[in-house]
Amino acid sequence: MDWTSLTLSLELAAWTVAILLPVSVLGGRWLAYGRFRAKGAVEALVMLPLVLPPTVFGFYLLLAFGRNSPVGAFWQETFGHQLVFTFEGLVVASVIFNLPFAIQPAQRGFEAIAVDLREAAATCGMSPWRSLWKVELPLAWPGLMTAMVLTFAQTLGEFGIVLMGGGSIPGETKTVAIAIYDRVQGFDMQGAGIMSAALVAISFSAIAITYGLSARVGRRLA
Amino acid sequence: MPVLFCRRHLLAALSSLMLSAAPASAQNEAPVIAAASDLQFAVTEIAAAFTAETGHEVRLSFGSTGNFATQIREGAPFQMFMAADQKFIADLHAEGLTRDEGVLYAEGRLALMAPKGSALQPDAALDNLAALLEAGTLTRFAIANPEHAPYGLRAQEALQHRGLWEEIKPFLILGENVSQTAQFALSGNAEGGIVALSLALAPEVAAQGDHALIPADWHAPLMQRMVLLRDAGPAAEAFYAYVQQPKAREIMVRYGFVLPDEG
Repeated sequence: MDWTSLTLSLELAAWTVAILLPVSVLGGRWLAYGRFRAKGAVEALVMLPLVLPPTVFGFYLLLAFGRNSPVGAFWQETFGHQLVFTFEGLVVASVIFNLPFAIQPAQRGFEAIAVDLREAAATCGMSPWRSLWKVELPLAWPGLMTAMVLTFAQTLGEFGIVLMGGGSIPGETKTVAIAIYDRVQGFDMQGAGIMSAALVAISFSAIAITYGLSARVGRRLA
Repeated sequence: MPVLFCRRHLLAALSSLMLSAAPASAQNEAPVIAAASDLQFAVTEIAAAFTAETGHEVRLSFGSTGNFATQIREGAPFQMFMAADQKFIADLHAEGLTRDEGVLYAEGRLALMAPKGSALQPDAALDNLAALLEAGTLTRFAIANPEHAPYGLRAQEALQHRGLWEEIKPFLILGENVSQTAQFALSGNAEGGIVALSLALAPEVAAQGDHALIPADWHAPLMQRMVLLRDAGPAAEAFYAYVQQPKAREIMVRYGFVLPDEG
């Protein structure tokens, strides 16, 4: 069992979730309540990573963040090292790739809140910020939770992007999905089997727990 | 209540993050060596001997030589590159990405390999392969991708030399590198394939099939060169020197590599 790779994948998933949580709240809320002309285009852009092959996505990221790109050069100057082939690079890629999983369920969560409720909150003199904390988040959180669990599970399984822009460096960019691929190539079927089973167990538990919690909340609210 | 619940979760998530952030940076000491996948078993053994003798750790990353060369151009943080074909080292050197022109460390050989129970019986002249093609009983045959894997290109040359290339093309499955090719060849879903001798001789692989050595003059030689990259540190330098010493050379010979005379 390659614990370094599993830990690395869990870290990557944790960072991705931590960065995308505020994005999912603000972005999901904006798309749920906002009425503006380019809304369809914004929604399509957010969903794009879902339909693009990860290799296409990884290819563009390599171009966009490579050492010859403006972003890559800025990163090099600011932090003194390359963005691609590093853990930070994987986090950036993972955050962009998971936008649809983070925003879509959150948007649905906010859309489900009755307009009357938000208007009532405003009439009572609540600021938008206070209304978010006291009224909207308590109602929308199953959607947010779904968003975060999907993001977490999706990041654990990410393969194509990491393969294109990772370099399979142990402890830095060799995630558990890459480690499984490497083990198969190294004729270590047993090692690959154990790691695959661990990944199935973790992903299944994460999703099962979420559904269990959501169901309980649903009953309580009814 | 739900708000409290949510906040507690956020706190738990954040604190676990703080705890988990540390290990990633702590283990960045050991240099990363990019090695062609025909070295999968030989260099893993050499690295273990190196660590036992010197106490230095190295991190190994195996893959296709062509892909590694691309990644090095994009700035991948490798400190040493062991290629399966010296052409890639020469190109990187010309672009100023390496410390010097590197050193020849081995010559690789090709092997025809078939899994146990396959219709294909490996022979050096590829006569049985030609017979299967003739009889129309070949279903799948694995080689590495000739576009970026040196062992794939050499396999193509050997098949061309034997006059089988055009006929066998429709049956080819291409591995991303020679290690995956061996995986394909022995999976039982193909009659066999052309792999690196160094993989065919590894106990894990040898147990799964039979192989025959393909004549060296059927293809351009696989001159395997290694080089230190610009950011190489002391541990990478020590490993570079170690690969050229008798202990490492003995391991390379055991895996079927022909060694250059110059040190």
